[in-house]
Amino acid sequence: MTTDGGTAAQGGSRTRSKGWLAALPLLAFVALAFGIPAIALLFGAFTVKDPKTLTSSFSTSNLTESLQGNYLNTLLSSVQLSAVVAVLGAILGTFLAQAVVTSRSRALRESVLTASGVLANFGGVPLAFAWIATLGNAGVITKAFGLADGGWSLYNFWGLALVYMYFSVPLMVLTVVPALDGLKPQWREAAGNNGATTWQYWRHVGIPVLTPSLLGGVVLLFGGAFAAYATARAMVGSTVPLVTLQIADALTGNVLIGHENMALALSLDMIVIAGLVMAVYLPLQKRSSRWLR
Amino acid sequence: MVAVTPILETPQVVPPARRPRRPKIWRGAVLGIAAIYFLVPLGASFWYSVYNDQQGFSLSAYLDIFSAEGFGTSMLLSLALAVATIVLVLGLTLPAMLAVRLSAPRLGPVLEVICTLPLVVPPITFVAGISMVLRWGPDYLAATPLWGTLIAIQNETFPVVLVLAYVVLALPFVYRSLDAGLRAIDVRTLVEAARNLGASWPHVVFRVIIPNLRTAIAGASFLTLALVLGEYTIAALLGYRTFPVWIVTISGANGQLSVAVSILSLLLIWLLLLFLSSAGSKRRSTS
Repeated sequence: MTTDGGTAAQGGSRTRSKGWLAALPLLAFVALAFGIPAIALLFGAFTVKDPKTLTSSFSTSNLTESLQGNYLNTLLSSVQLSAVVAVLGAILGTFLAQAVVTSRSRALRESVLTASGVLANFGGVPLAFAWIATLGNAGVITKAFGLADGGWSLYNFWGLALVYMYFSVPLMVLTVVPALDGLKPQWREAAGNNGATTWQYWRHVGIPVLTPSLLGGVVLLFGGAFAAYATARAMVGSTVPLVTLQIADALTGNVLIGHENMALALSLDMIVIAGLVMAVYLPLQKRSSRWLR
Repeated sequence: MVAVTPILETPQVVPPARRPRRPKIWRGAVLGIAAIYFLVPLGASFWYSVYNDQQGFSLSAYLDIFSAEGFGTSMLLSLALAVATIVLVLGLTLPAMLAVRLSAPRLGPVLEVICTLPLVVPPITFVAGISMVLRWGPDYLAATPLWGTLIAIQNETFPVVLVLAYVVLALPFVYRSLDAGLRAIDVRTLVEAARNLGASWPHVVFRVIIPNLRTAIAGASFLTLALVLGEYTIAALLGYRTFPVWIVTISGANGQLSVAVSILSLLLIWLLLLFLSSAGSKRRSTS
């Protein structure tokens, strides 16, 4: 299966000093398949095409425009949705994980962890359809309880948040269970013997130990919700302004002439936001691994 | 896109038995709410897919999937893309990671950063970059031999450009899986022992290293398979009809059918993860 890889390793590692040659195909591939689109994106985001003369020039006007008016609204709305999903998902996921970890039932633990593994990977279009069938306008639950008469709609900001939680909470459970396992019962007993209340134990021992994992989980959930496109497209179309939907519209030619590069400017905004958030995550992951021993 | 998440290996330790003084009302409440939230949509979707007011109860939606127009071609396309992606991503990362372990440890951090970068880039922005390259191609490459390559990778029947994109998306997951596998074995000792005994390099790679990494390679392959079978954003925006794109197309015509496909895709993820964890436990019991 890895014929080309095998020969590359063979050729490269024959003499020790040339071993790095085996890494060359990967580096070249990333430069080609990832680097070129990235450069094109960066280049395009700073290029403005004059609608009359069709000449291109460098300018930051795309970027400034992408941070104004309607474009800014979609960006903010995306950040808001991701933040809501991340924080709520992290809190609920932690409670669920704690309920599972403190339970003495092995079967419960195993089944919740397996289900979390499956549901954390259940996203995209199928997720949207499952929820539309449940709580959409003609959904089973909507019809059974007559929710439509009460003004219920799944196709708005909170509906989308509800659906995103379906993969975010399991992801949080998977992230935080190892950390909760790392909370040693002896710590709790020691705190109890010294007269600490449950609240004091969590305030001074539990939460500080868990903080890196919890924040790491929040970041992970934020990234997942921020990048999600397929679910939103299949569910809300364009009724909720989201930056991913806006980029897709701009890419498929749904824009004014001379504004083609807005998709690229918005993409750059997204990458900067995602990059900042990830920059928080990576050092945290290193810190939290200390407690998983 | 399907958020492919590394699967948590269940620790071998038995969870500590604690005896809280208070009754476990909160635990029951949390588990109950979670059960309602996670199970109701599954049950409701299943009911939606098998029952409608005109026909009553029928499983026809599930049978119709296989005869629906476009199912076969889109599924085959997605599977072919998955196989090509798996071969390419393993063929690229495995030699690089072996080289880092054996002779170029200083490349390690570089490789880690390169393989983590795609996580920062949302697929929608990646596809924006790709489509920009494909659009600009004609302006700059028309007179060069690269022009033919650019056309070839956009072939409708087998879009290589999607394989390239999926390899990039899969890199972080494959890297982590292989890294965990390589951590568990002493590559250098294995290689030196095999070489001292006169094994050729292909022999070392295919008969010593790869068998020892079987679980990690299987894990990486399954994660990649799940990723490719669920990826919608890039395929849809570049205009190719892969399986997830087909589901959306068909949903307009037949709501029940699309919900049935969604349930089947959940089952597929579950089966893949089952394979993964059974492969993992097999190794644990033999080692």
